[in-house]
Amino acid sequence: MAVVTTQPELPNRTTGLSALPPIHRVEVRPRRGQVDSRGASVARSIEALGLERKPKRVDHALVYLIEGELTNEELHRIADELLADPVTQVAEVHSTSRASRPSAAPGVSVVEVHPLAGVTDPAAESVQAAVLALTGRTVRVRTGQRIDLHGVDKALAKSVGDRLLANPVIHAIHTEPYFPSSFPEGKPYELVVREVRMSKLSDKDLEVLSREGHLFLSLDEMHAVQAEYRRLGREPREIELETIAQTWSEHCVHKTLKSTVRYRELQSDPAFAGQFSLMRNTAGRPLTEIAIDGSVTIKNLLKGTVAAATHELMKDGIDWCLSVFVDNSGVVAFDDEHAVCFKCETHNRPSAIEPYGGAATGIGGCIRDVMGTGLGAKPIAATDVFCVAYPDIAEVPTGCLHPRRTLTQVVAGVRDYGNRMGIPTLNGAVWFDDNYVGNPLVYCGCIGLMPRWAVKGVVKRGDRIVALGGRTGRDGIHGATFSSAELTTTHADEFSHAVQIGNAITEKTTLDAMLAMRDHKDGCLYSGTTDCGAGGFSSAIGEMGSEIGASVFLDRAPTKYGGLSPTEIWISEAQERMVLAVPSEKLAKIAEIAADHGVEWCDLGEFGREDNHIVLSWHGTEVGRLSTEFLHQAIPMPTKEAIWDASWAQQQRMSRRPAKFNTGGRFKTGASSADALKVLEELLAHPNLASKAWIIRQYDHEVQGSSVLKPLVGVAVGSSGGGPGDAAVIRPKASSTRALAIANGLATGLGADPYVMALAAIDECVRNLVCVGADPTKIAILDNFSWPSCKDPRNMGALVRACVGCYDAAKAFRTPFISGKDSLNNQFVTEDGRTIQIPPTLLISGFAPVVEASRAVSMDAKRAGSQLVLVGDTSDRLGGSHLALLMTLPSGTSSLPAPSLVHGPRNAHAVAAAIAQGIVLSCHDCSEGGLLVAAAEMAFSGGLGLSLNPLAAPTVGDVSFLARCFAEDASRYLIEVDASQLDALSKTLAGVPHAVVGTFDGTGKFSVTDGTAPAQVLSSTLGERWSGGLSW
Amino acid sequence: MVNNSKKHASKLKALVITAPGINCDAELCEGFALAGCTVESELLARLSRDPSRIDAFDLIGLPGGFSYGDDIAAGRIMAALIRQSIYPALAHAVERGCPILAPCNGFQIAAQAGLLPGPEVGTEWPAEPAISTIALAPNETGRFNNIWVGMEVPVETKCVWTRNLEFSRATGLIPCAHGEGRFVADDETIEQLEANGQIAMRYSAADHFNGSRNRIAGICDSTGLVFGLMPHPERYLHWTQHPRWTRLTEAERSVVPPGLQMFQNAVEHALQTIA
Repeated sequence: MAVVTTQPELPNRTTGLSALPPIHRVEVRPRRGQVDSRGASVARSIEALGLERKPKRVDHALVYLIEGELTNEELHRIADELLADPVTQVAEVHSTSRASRPSAAPGVSVVEVHPLAGVTDPAAESVQAAVLALTGRTVRVRTGQRIDLHGVDKALAKSVGDRLLANPVIHAIHTEPYFPSSFPEGKPYELVVREVRMSKLSDKDLEVLSREGHLFLSLDEMHAVQAEYRRLGREPREIELETIAQTWSEHCVHKTLKSTVRYRELQSDPAFAGQFSLMRNTAGRPLTEIAIDGSVTIKNLLKGTVAAATHELMKDGIDWCLSVFVDNSGVVAFDDEHAVCFKCETHNRPSAIEPYGGAATGIGGCIRDVMGTGLGAKPIAATDVFCVAYPDIAEVPTGCLHPRRTLTQVVAGVRDYGNRMGIPTLNGAVWFDDNYVGNPLVYCGCIGLMPRWAVKGVVKRGDRIVALGGRTGRDGIHGATFSSAELTTTHADEFSHAVQIGNAITEKTTLDAMLAMRDHKDGCLYSGTTDCGAGGFSSAIGEMGSEIGASVFLDRAPTKYGGLSPTEIWISEAQERMVLAVPSEKLAKIAEIAADHGVEWCDLGEFGREDNHIVLSWHGTEVGRLSTEFLHQAIPMPTKEAIWDASWAQQQRMSRRPAKFNTGGRFKTGASSADALKVLEELLAHPNLASKAWIIRQYDHEVQGSSVLKPLVGVAVGSSGGGPGDAAVIRPKASSTRALAIANGLATGLGADPYVMALAAIDECVRNLVCVGADPTKIAILDNFSWPSCKDPRNMGALVRACVGCYDAAKAFRTPFISGKDSLNNQFVTEDGRTIQIPPTLLISGFAPVVEASRAVSMDAKRAGSQLVLVGDTSDRLGGSHLALLMTLPSGTSSLPAPSLVHGPRNAHAVAAAIAQGIVLSCHDCSEGGLLVAAAEMAFSGGLGLSLNPLAAPTVGDVSFLARCFAEDASRYLIEVDASQLDALSKTLAGVPHAVVGTFDGTGKFSVTDGTAPAQVLSSTLGERWSGGLSW
Repeated sequence: MVNNSKKHASKLKALVITAPGINCDAELCEGFALAGCTVESELLARLSRDPSRIDAFDLIGLPGGFSYGDDIAAGRIMAALIRQSIYPALAHAVERGCPILAPCNGFQIAAQAGLLPGPEVGTEWPAEPAISTIALAPNETGRFNNIWVGMEVPVETKCVWTRNLEFSRATGLIPCAHGEGRFVADDETIEQLEANGQIAMRYSAADHFNGSRNRIAGICDSTGLVFGLMPHPERYLHWTQHPRWTRLTEAERSVVPPGLQMFQNAVEHALQTIA
């Protein structure tokens, strides 16, 4: 018996042929008396919509449309044995003849949702394969779902479908049972080689061509292309122009970060007073020059900051970076035998339009980056960070999805892809700000494990170009260029083809097959690999052949349906495809392994040409020819202007709406301990801080059995089942107890000065890792910038400051960046022409080894009687804090915290030393929400009481009680030690400000004193506030 | 605790059956290996070409994951393929005394492939796989849930994997991670399972999160050899996998983790059978 997982070979027929095979319809619904959990789930979602009229009952059924010649017996066998469960479900079979069609019962309105033609439908592919295996029949299948709404009219049912069940980008809605007479067919493709006449175009026409052709190239770039083809004496062919646009897209080449930038500060601006000045601190900075007018020029922003830090650290003794900034992910040593790699990406644009598919393919793409690093790594963990508008946002502009829908759908997307891939998603964060309404951010990270011999691959001349995995379709065409464009209200329609739907099982089988090929007993069967991401084959083959060229036979690529042009095949961003460079004598073994795993592959051509060109052909006709030199070296890099306008930046960040948690500013500098507890309860329930258990528990964060510290730790807290761990810890190798900690840092609240924000984010990432027992001398980090348009020199100025902050902090902490990514045009233009810019957002992801798994430390307080020690100074700087979201700050306290590049690393190393000594019972990062929030989290996660005295905290100068409780100064840690170990701890912390600020007890009460009257609340009450704050 | 079985168990061979979308195979292999077996992992597609290869193994595992994407329903397609390929070889394996562990997706598969609840006491395995009488339906919450929950093992169970398994209050948790784990069967089937000692494991009353009938988390066939359960014993082989291990005492951590104990129980049983 053959087990086929991919779509069986189907004849590509033209429409209009007679005797189309019949389409059978099978409905599967719960048996009478069985719970209809899907129906109930839809009913709950309808309830949440708050409609005036609600259906009395909701029934759910799965619909299968099966096209093919089947006997009655076969059809019933498929329905009863394959599609329905004999215990819980019944199947109804209908033929397409009109007579047999059931109509909806009176008083019932039907909504049916079916994927549009051409949209990936993984369930349909699986049913096709299973039908073939069961009956030997080749059929075509499409799936859908039917919802029967009792007691509502058609219009309301349709509205439920539109708002809840379907996204018009990928779904069709029917208001009665759907009986298609035929499935849409692809038309066979007839070759037309289109030339784009651009040699004589004016500047204006070049701009029109760039925009209307969805090339998104600047005028300078269009000029460069025009000049190149004038030199060649011909017009570019469509496929060539598309390839250049992909290769030169912001997404692929990071032209903003790699360009030369001229930066100035408006120094007379009062808001600039006290801020870091780059103009005054240029000495010794790489690739940086200061002009006579004081402006600073950085030649290649990325190389002069983020990457420079890494290369300088590598020259200065850091010897564990194995591959940085050159491959699909950054690689560092794990132990003598293995390396670990880490990649983090955004998938913002697709997720804005279709959050489920966008997030799923976001994580899918990031996983492939890990698979496509060196000779392939095995993905062992995933991370996700989402930035969305507050769920109670007052108004959602036309063309945007409601943030609640966006968030639930992106979570579902990551869940369904990550869980199916069998990769634990175990670290993340969610940040809320209304300015994300048009551009929600979806960051997906993936970590891989690989033998050290596999860290680098080298493609050789003569290697075959092997495509492995999914078929090519029209999915995601123009994703790379689209990601570089600004979103507008019409984007959802204009770019619906840029949306991709993933099929995790195709990627999983591709991964399994690839690892079998890598670890073959005769040695690795391929010499290089990369994934098909943005730009598809064009960028994968283009990159692999960037020095030696390639001959590509596009007609050989397996396609999902007929009718694809060579250009579409070349640039399609269909998911789940890897490209391998395979020596021809190893093709037979590749074929055997692929077949056993049910993975499709094809031989697309050969790497290496004498002319080093990339030559594309279609059934023997040359359809495109590109010089790799022009592609990769000719992109014009004009100097970018950057201005740091501190007042403007402050104003931009002021626009943040204080959320509904506003306490009306009733707290003053002299707030009492009772006031502080009220603020604490509100802060714990703030969406940024509240438990993310509803997300975490939908992810299989324990698959692969490697978890050491899970995202939620300690005793059960409300419905959360644990408190907020600082970092996840896993044991990547079953054969070793060496572990790996994974964390992130995000300080978006400090966006009024991105220099401070970058320092704070790196400090936070380091703190999170140190808290769980990671080795602070082996922390590797990643940068992910999501920015509003950098055509505005003020946003560019903000970006320069963030990059310089990254350089300074990475050097100070000795934490090299190993990989990074940017998404630089995140702003939305509303119908009435208003531009909503996202807050500048810098995500720092990081990982580091924990020498021995059993020495990892969790944040939940362990014992009554033990002491709580605060490490690090607290100040009166409350700007950008969560307290500032709740209230108007007392005057003189609104400046941003000032993370210290001396104290940060010093404190981290001192705390790590204490943990290594084995005297630390629990350790927690003191960050969002400040001392009270962090201390409360430790107490309720340990099921203990705590008496806390914020007046004992080490401070810089005179600090108010309110700031002692809620300031979010960097470089602070909370440590629990047994009273008998205080002296030992103090010795280790010599020279670092620290003080005992509390004692844990068995009373279950959390009490705070302001020096006069202590106030108290049950720890468990605080736990419930935290666990219930965002419990969806 | 020194495990006696370990020094003899190395002659036992365990087979872990994988397929596209199966993703808990590595940890299942580790469970068998830590219990002393030599382990081989093989694709269903390859075994189907020569099902007699299964005869060479002493223990079998059907791992968790999302076989064939769990499209249609969890485990449905893999079960359909097993029914028409290796079912006879698996039934024969039980007849010759081979313990079979089927956690999570494995349970969903076994329930639909005619392997559980298996033939009535004292009757033979039918040549054709039986029509399912039990089902693992979507959780009552309608949502995938990854959580450690309290467990109880009925004293009267016949299950060779869980028999005499001791769960202390601190350590008596086990990890679950599924969206379709609500045990469903008609009254008659439930009564039979209860009466025959075929309930191998229940969720504790406090942690009964998915709405299963009689809080059933796992059942066995009438011989006690075939064990299907929604929880993942293969994710509980080391103390550092316990969600609160940093709070456990040295004494609590000095015993074999209950997940690993299940593998050791089955190995012990297989050794006796062979002897």
